[in-house]
Order: sequence, then structure tokens, then C-alpha cells
Amino acid sequence: MIASLTGGIVIGGEVFVSGCKNNESTTAYSFSKDDIEFLNEVAETILPKTKTPGAKDAAVGEFMRVFVNDCYEPANQQAFHEGITQLDQASKKMYDKGFMKITPGQRHDLLVTLDKEAIVYQKKKSDFDNEQNEKEKAEKAKRNYNYKKATTTSHYFTMMKQLTLLGFFSSKPGATEVLRYIAVPGRYDGSVPYTKGEKAWAT
Amino acid sequence: MPGDTLYINNNAVKKNTYDAIVIGTGISGGWAAKELCEKGVKTLVLERGRNVEHIKDYADTLKHPWELAHRGATTNQDRITSPIQSKIYAWNEASKKFFVNDLENPYTQVKPFDWIRGNHVGGRSLTWGRQCYRWSEIDFEANAKDGHGVDWPIRYKDIAPWYDYVESFVGISGSIENLPQVPDGNFLPPMEMNCLEKQVAERVRKNFIDGRRVIIGRVANHTAQVGWRGPCQYRNKCHEGCPFGGYFSSLAATLPAALKTGNMTLRPFSIVTELIYDKYTKKAKGVRIIDSETMKTEEFYAKVIFLNASTLGTTHILLNSVSDAFPNGLGNTSGQVGHNLMDHHYGVGATGESDDFEDQYIYGRRPNGIYIPRFRNLNEATKQKEYLRGFGYQGGAGRGRMKIEEGIGDDYKEALTEPGKWKFSLGSWGEHLPYYENKVTLSKDKKDKWGLPVLEIDCEFKENEMAMRKDMKDSAAEMLENAGLKNISAYDGMPAPGFCIHEMGTARMGRDPKTSVLNGNNQMHDVKNVFITDGACMTSSACQNPSITYMALTARAASYATEQLKKGNL
Repeated sequence: MIASLTGGIVIGGEVFVSGCKNNESTTAYSFSKDDIEFLNEVAETILPKTKTPGAKDAAVGEFMRVFVNDCYEPANQQAFHEGITQLDQASKKMYDKGFMKITPGQRHDLLVTLDKEAIVYQKKKSDFDNEQNEKEKAEKAKRNYNYKKATTTSHYFTMMKQLTLLGFFSSKPGATEVLRYIAVPGRYDGSVPYTKGEKAWAT
Repeated sequence: MPGDTLYINNNAVKKNTYDAIVIGTGISGGWAAKELCEKGVKTLVLERGRNVEHIKDYADTLKHPWELAHRGATTNQDRITSPIQSKIYAWNEASKKFFVNDLENPYTQVKPFDWIRGNHVGGRSLTWGRQCYRWSEIDFEANAKDGHGVDWPIRYKDIAPWYDYVESFVGISGSIENLPQVPDGNFLPPMEMNCLEKQVAERVRKNFIDGRRVIIGRVANHTAQVGWRGPCQYRNKCHEGCPFGGYFSSLAATLPAALKTGNMTLRPFSIVTELIYDKYTKKAKGVRIIDSETMKTEEFYAKVIFLNASTLGTTHILLNSVSDAFPNGLGNTSGQVGHNLMDHHYGVGATGESDDFEDQYIYGRRPNGIYIPRFRNLNEATKQKEYLRGFGYQGGAGRGRMKIEEGIGDDYKEALTEPGKWKFSLGSWGEHLPYYENKVTLSKDKKDKWGLPVLEIDCEFKENEMAMRKDMKDSAAEMLENAGLKNISAYDGMPAPGFCIHEMGTARMGRDPKTSVLNGNNQMHDVKNVFITDGACMTSSACQNPSITYMALTARAASYATEQLKKGNL
């Protein structure tokens, strides 16, 4: 379901190879009301209200709170929380004001910068992860099943953006007003004429 | 609770006596129950887990994505309580209630082995993959021809009428193809291939001279109504249970049929700890259970016992059933019980994109894909130097949403609302040879909450499987390339055995009581009134999804057992 909703793998949605390592609380961090408002504004900048609903209409900030608390592993939870501060500091550096105080245009430009930074970071992470996966497979082939591969956290902005997309397009306004959604199709047709501009199916 | 009304006095043996006992309510147990009950046999059906009510207990599947707190995703809590179950493809926020809590159902992995279980009425028939392919003569002859494992005591002709019989009740949609390696059956109308699948099928047919074919999957989703079931509504949420009865499960089909006869007594919460052997009659006179709600031990008696507790569940019961006659487990004079464990090896294949069909899209969510039947080692012309046996592919094409990495704002949002490129994926399922040393045994030190030693699983894929995987990966990429797809990416995730959820072989059928556990009628060589018709009975694994073969073997064995019962031989 996750893959079909986002078109790809989601951080926190991936399966653990060896299961959870400990029984520690998975919600060591808590979100304040301000945090959720902040995340709502970040999400709205990524997917703004146009002639159709935007991220705030889908309460994406609240969705991020639930998903990070319940589905992210602790290292990514930490990176996500630190990311809220980092994003705000990036705003201060660029505009001498926190993210909540800058104009929508400035927010857009700031996130364009962070988006590029995050893509470069994620590319390096992906190369590193692939290398580690290959090492792990090579060890498994040698019947060493205890090899623990190294992992890294994702860029905070990648996490925020992914959760914005996931939360929005699986929400009621996102799925039904911005995309198309049918709960019970009743039949299958594998070659339906399509004209560019028509909305994609939500699921 | 269910069960408590079945008998009043524990000491009254008569009250606890039936003609037959079936242990397990999954895909094979459901069939054993149906067949025995329909032949007039008073049958007690035992299930170790809770009761599940068809339709009523599938409520979560009717929720929209936004009504699920995590939109379907696996949570950290899931990873703590079910670290093994939560890894598999069928696990999601609405289906997870049909998988066990791993902490409460421990086992030991000598080597990594993912044991996926659903302990409740209906078992894994609720969450199964539903793909149904007959085995062929090639599969039943394989062991005899290359010397791995022992010879199957049956051939295709012995099981063919039983495939006919079960298929017509199950309701399998599929196409007639005249391919000897996956014989045609009694099918409902096939599902439709989409435009890219049709193009790939045509190009594979043209570009490969070895006769390989891309066909529509044969699936136990009903393209027409089957009795009171279906038809399929194309939601593709089968693992969550189907309120439309759109696919075959014990709950939807076999158990209601058994119940209708008035001959079935279903008892959930019944953990079978052992079969009770009577050395005078040389038969199993009954079973001992622990009621998981009351923690009380009970005994039930019958003339015939069908073990359908799943491959490893059945094996666990046999190994725990020790007596003077069978110190190493019931019916285990061969020493083969627990050995020859197989799964299919999968998680390997390739994906690609198409530049075509920008003006075509899809309506509905088809719970099925395409199938490429085995095309290696079928005959001299297709013989491979590097490995024995073969593999098949499942896959399909689809057109998901546009995926764009970079972007912020109005235009980005707009671009994301359109469909992306058509994509095609192929994943492979390969045969696992029966190796004696791939085995399960009872732990010497660890016990479960019922006081039973837990299973120790020691299983791996070996050189033949590894050599085959290389071909599984390369051939997938080669076919996609030949079919004109772009950006082809081949993968091999190397999942552990068990992950394919096709475990089988630990109480195999065979001709010789010295080297096998069951005869050609799935009857124990050593204990004539015990029949095993779940995956434990399998002598080899072939590469087809096995459930339809378990069903056919079960119906066949139930017919034989009833005849023997009526003749007074059991």
C-alpha cells in the first residue's frame, strides 16, 4: 500500500532485516503544538493549496507526528526532530528570520535550496546503503549470518517531504479531490484511453 | 467460548469420540473437513488459534487509506512484537491481525529462517497469494530422474482428476494454454492482461525460440460467482480478508461447506500437544490438547486423524508424540520426520520502464499478474549445465503515479497528480532440492508457553539454488530487454528460506517405508489411521505455488480414508 501511495519506498515503511534490536520506547521525542504548526507550513510550501486543497487541508503536520512517533526508528526520529531546528536555522541564515516569520515566497525559495541539498545528501546515502547491502549479501553467501551492516539516517528534509507526499495523497482531500479514488472498482480494464492532464488513481 | 458447548463431562470418553479428527483449519485442513463431513464422517476440527468469522471479522478492509492511522505502514510496535511476520509482503495495518505475535510463538533459527504463521480459524488461507498452478509429470518424475530425494509414489495421472475436482469448487480464473509443464485445468474466465503485458507477451513469444510464454496468472479470485462466493471486486486487498468472498479461503468456502453437513464440530483454542499411540492396535487412538483459554488438558478420540497443522506445525506435533514404539516421534521409523525441509527461493528478478502507451491507463486493481511458466530443464533442448530443475516468474505491468524527486510548490504538486510511465516487473520462484540436512528438530532447552520444546530450524539454500538464482536474475533482465523495456534494473534480495511461505517436505511421501513417512495415499507407513496432507507431505518442491496441490492431495486422501473407514480397515 505504501509503495502504491507514494510511488516508492518510504523511510520507516521499509522492513527491518533483523527485527527490532531492543524494547526501548519508540517515542522518546514529543512534538509540541508549535512543531505541528511548523510542519504544516513546511508541508503547505511543498504542496500548496491551489484550485485544489493543499497540505494544511489534509492536516499533514499531525500525520507526521503520528508517523514519526510510531513508524520511524529512533535514529531517524532524532534526525527528524533536529531537522525542525535545522530548517529554522537555515531560514535565519538566509533571511535573518525564523521559518514561521518569512513570506510564502521566501519559504518557497528556502525549501528549493534545502530540496537540492537533501537530494545530494540522499544520493551519497544511497550509494553507501547499496554498498552495505552488497557487503551483507556477500557475508550471507559465506554463511556469516551475524554481519551487521552500517546504517545512516536520512536527510531531515527528505523525511519531511516524503511524509508530506504520503500524508497528503493518502488523505481524504488528497486522494479524492486532488487525485481520483474508488474504493470498490468492481471490474478491471487494462487499456483505458488516457488524455494528458487527467488525474492519477490514488490507490 | 466456542468449544465449551461441545461436551459436558471430561471423563466421558464417548462424548469426546468422533469418526475423524482434523488438526488445522488452513487451506488443507479446510478441505479435509469438507470432504470427510460431506461423506458422512462425524468430524472434530481442531484449531490452535482463535475463531474468525467470515466477513464480520474483515471490517478493517473496508477502511479508506485515511482511516488507517499509519496509512497501512508497519509500526515500531509491530517490529517489536512480530519482527518476522511484519517483514512479509502481505503484512499491513489491516491484515496484521491474521499473523502471529512472534514473541509468543518462539522458535530457534540455527540459520536464518522466516517462519510465517497465522494461528486462527482459516489459517494462512486468509492471507495466501492465491496463485494456482498444477504440477506436471515433469515434477513428479524429477526426483527419480536426477536422484535427489526419493521418488514420488504418485504420478500426474494419479492426481489429475483430483485437480479437476478441487479446481471446480475453488474457483480459479485462468487461460487454457496447452503447456505441458503447467497443465490446464477447470478454470473460470481469465483476467485480462493490460496493454503493456500484451505487448511483452507477444515480444517474448517472438524473440525466444525455446517456447517460453507469458500468460495471465491463474488465481483463486473469482471472475464469476462461485456458489455463494464472489465475484472479485478488484480492490486488491485480499490479505485483509474479502467481505465479497472474492477469493477462495477455508473461511469463505470449505468450512461453511463442512458446517452445512451437520457433521462438523469446530473447536478453536485447541493446542494439540500430541497424538496418542495405541501399541496394541498400532493406531493413533486420539489427540491430547491444551485448551489455550482454560489451560486444561483434554483428550479426543477418533478412528482417523488428518494432520493439517501446516508443514512445520504438523512436524512439531509428530516430534512431540513420543512413545515406546516411536521414541523419535510418531511414525518416524524412517528417521525422515523433520528432514528434507524445502521452501521456494525467490526475491530475485528485474524491473523496467516503457516509453509506450502514454495514451493508455488502467481501471481497477487486479489482484493478479502475469506468469511465465518454467522453461529450463524441461527436455534435452532446454537443459542447463549449471543447475538442476527450474523456476517460473510472476510479475506484471502497471502505471503508478508520477514520481519526481526534485520540486517544491504549485507546479510540483500539479505534476505529481498525473500517472507516471508504465513499468514492468518480474520476480522469480525457484525449486529447492530436498536435502536431508535441511531439518527441524525439538529444542533441548527452550520451551513455549505450553511447555512444549520449541522447534529448531536449520535450513539453507545451497549451490544448486545459488546457480539457479543467477539465471533467474539474468533471464528476467534479458526478457525485459528483448521486450523493448528501458532502464532495466535486476535485483537479488537473497531472502532467507521461509520467506516465500512455501515451506514443505518434513514428512514426505514415498514408496519405501525405510526412506519416507507417508505412502501414496498420504497415509503414514507406520500408523495407518494417520493422514498428512499439508505441505509436510511433499517429496519435492517443484517451482509452482503449492496450495492447489495440497488441496488435490487432501481430497484424494480423504476419499481413500473414507473408503477404508467404511471397509473397516481403520
